Amino acid sequence: MDLNYTPEEKSFRQEVQIFLKENYPAYLQDKVAKGVALKKEDYVHWQKTLYEKGWVAPGWPVEYGGTGWTPVQKYIFEEECGAANCLRLTSFGLVMIAPVLLKYGTEEQKQKYLPGILSSDTWWTQGYSEPNAGSDLASLQTRAEKQGDYYLINGSKTWTTHGHYGDMMFALVRTSKEDKKQKGISFILFDMKSSGVSVEPIITIDGLHVVNQVFLDDVKVPIENLIGVEGEGWSIAKYLLQHERTNIAQVPRSKKQIERLKLLAEKEIHNGKSLLLDPFFRAKISEVEVELMALEMTSLRALSKVSVGESSSMTSSLLKVKGTEVQQKITALLMEAVGYFSLPYFNGVLMDGWQDGTPVGPEEAAFLAPHYFDWRKTSIYGGSNEIQKNIVAKVVLGL
Amino acid sequence: MNLELTEEQCMLQDILSRFLSDQYTFDQRQKLSQQGIGYSEQNWQNFAELGLLGIPFEEQYGGFNFGATGLMIVMDAIGKGLVVEPYLSTVVLGGQLIQKAGSEAQKLDLIPQLIEGKLKLAFAYIERQSRYELSNVSLKAERQADSFFLTGSKSVVFNAETADKIIVTVRTSGNNRDKNGISLFLLDKGALGVSMKNYHTVDGLRASELFFDQVEVSHDAIIGELDAAYPIVEQIIDGASAAICAEAVGVISQLREKTVEYLKIRKQFSRPLSDFQVLQHRAVDMFMAEEQMRSLSYLANIKIDGGSRSEQIRAISAAKVYLGDSRSVVGEQAIQLHGGVGVTDELDVAHYYKRLTMLNNLFGDRDFHLERFGQVELV
Ligand SMILES: Cc1cc2nc3c(=O)[nH]c(=O)nc-3n(C[C@H](O)[C@H](O)[C@H](O)COP(=O)(O)OP(=O)(O)OC[C@H]3O[C@@H](n4cnc5c(N)ncnc54)[C@H](O)[C@@H]3O)c2cc1C
Repeated sequence: MDLNYTPEEKSFRQEVQIFLKENYPAYLQDKVAKGVALKKEDYVHWQKTLYEKGWVAPGWPVEYGGTGWTPVQKYIFEEECGAANCLRLTSFGLVMIAPVLLKYGTEEQKQKYLPGILSSDTWWTQGYSEPNAGSDLASLQTRAEKQGDYYLINGSKTWTTHGHYGDMMFALVRTSKEDKKQKGISFILFDMKSSGVSVEPIITIDGLHVVNQVFLDDVKVPIENLIGVEGEGWSIAKYLLQHERTNIAQVPRSKKQIERLKLLAEKEIHNGKSLLLDPFFRAKISEVEVELMALEMTSLRALSKVSVGESSSMTSSLLKVKGTEVQQKITALLMEAVGYFSLPYFNGVLMDGWQDGTPVGPEEAAFLAPHYFDWRKTSIYGGSNEIQKNIVAKVVLGL
Repeated sequence: MNLELTEEQCMLQDILSRFLSDQYTFDQRQKLSQQGIGYSEQNWQNFAELGLLGIPFEEQYGGFNFGATGLMIVMDAIGKGLVVEPYLSTVVLGGQLIQKAGSEAQKLDLIPQLIEGKLKLAFAYIERQSRYELSNVSLKAERQADSFFLTGSKSVVFNAETADKIIVTVRTSGNNRDKNGISLFLLDKGALGVSMKNYHTVDGLRASELFFDQVEVSHDAIIGELDAAYPIVEQIIDGASAAICAEAVGVISQLREKTVEYLKIRKQFSRPLSDFQVLQHRAVDMFMAEEQMRSLSYLANIKIDGGSRSEQIRAISAAKVYLGDSRSVVGEQAIQLHGGVGVTDELDVAHYYKRLTMLNNLFGDRDFHLERFGQVELV
């Protein structure tokens, strides 16, 4: 047992630090630090920079553009990105559909899609959830009927993150009715510009537009867009869930947020002293820090298992639940730190920052309540925290 | 002992629930909140006609003298309907400040107008550095002959944009954080030298930043005694805290009711969510929090009408602590149990949750009141 990094790992960390310092733009650092909404071009800009460096897809095999890093190196990279306020690349292409293509795709499919994912020239969206199929995903109803050399798709997908940016969607659709509902599901890709696809915005609790409902009305999809074989969709989706989800706990991000919280609290005054010195507030920060400390060590233990070639899938639910709890608590404390200044709401500021306007209260105050509200989503999506606990109960504890 | 509502209180409750179901659907509320002045002048006049604006005021000024327990009934309904009209600012804060501290002439002049719906008030007492400390007042007054010149700023002043008059806490002597030396001034809307930056709040209301640049006010504009406003401000804010605890009860009851309803309707895994015991228990937690919160709200409001000062402070701070805790037990839980729809702007539940969250941040949050609770010795 050893918590220390090897000399090679230390010099790798330095290399990452230098690269980020030289290449991660100040305006993005500022946006992420303050919590200004990110635009498509922000994501694309940073992804292209990483792409040119060859660091865009640490999880991929080297021959397709991966980095060949060890799990520890990947972790170091995530840590440094968190510390530098790097924006998190969207995962739909790089971390979700790519591993599926690599495992189940034909050679043509890989050639066709992987380069665009890597370079961020194709924007992918995830079409799993439907209005009546959330936690119970297998009950999805969107149909794909085979008609000659294409499928005709009808139905609706919802909560589609960045659907309005999307070029391509990977979706779960029903290709046949079977006694067991998981059996008739297939995994398919389609062009979101196809006729019959319409994208309607859903405005979330923070007043912003990130998610969408996507309506599919007689959408013609060539049969070569099917992944694997018909009826294999559910196993593919499960593979994706079990696929190594690096950084699911988001420890580096939470550390950065705690640092931010302390800086903010230090400047606020409570009973004539810095709020950071208030024992009540300080105790709450400490409580989150204790939980985060445990979470970091649990993450490292999981990482160590992966490094020696063992599976760590049993911990991914734990990391998700505890990770989101920590993140949510931090957003609440950030909001509480500014007291009354959590109240003023400026939609335009959430989108573009204060620009030349004079902030009301501390500059970042306007972001804090909307973020706190928005961050409730993290215990709902990606398999809700209740569903994660069901999995642990069943798979880990055998209940 | 009898903790049931009186006949009068029941009548008031009926009037309010009829008003809400006839004229205050969630869609109507959203429209009001987003457009124009942020509420309906017509509704305000209806409030006047229904007698709601006279609830806490003494009979000789045209009020009903129903006290804090009367306000409690109104505030509960305000919570249930997510009402956006400026009741808290005008009646609970501004009106009661005048009733408690104003001269006879001021009361005779202002309170009847208020009750008739012709006068709206705002109370400006928060500053950039003050957080929840009421003695943290630095907006300064300089005296020249019979006039005062005010310079400084106030933050997050609810309903200032539409108020006819604004009551301002001012440092007339001593230093920031001294309890002595704070005075209340009554300013006309549009007084020379006052400028405003108006905005929406995250929970669908309106507030403003106020900037004072050598604003001239006469000696007559003082409410109560010069330099001696602190205890009055503290009492009024305590009353308002108890009032928003009642509002919170209304909000919480809706969150609980709507969540329980949703668990019954929403089906996943071929059965209603209400079949899952883990979710049943969470709904039960919400229900228990609601009843405990209601108890503390009753206690706080009853003590305002009759308790000793230390009893009042303990009961009010206790209720405020509970309010703060209900943010997660009730608010966050309601969102979680709704799944994705819980985090949409379209769903009323999200807006109840936002209001509940912001009620914690008004007049001292959970930590503030936990500390205050512990500092009061019962005598
Ligand atoms: C901001 C956001 C972005 C999203 N982005 C995408 C996307 O890009 N693509 C996509 O396909 N989907 C996306 N989703 C959808 C997300 O995956 C679903 O919201 C999630 O699966 C939950 O489903 P639901 O919302 O229908 O809630 P429901 O399944 O209706 O659940 C409601 C509540 O019941 C609980 N519950 C349900 N079943 C059980 C059970 N058996 N035991 C105990 N508790 C249970 C849940 O945990 C939850 O608390 C997104 C969601 C959000 C909020």
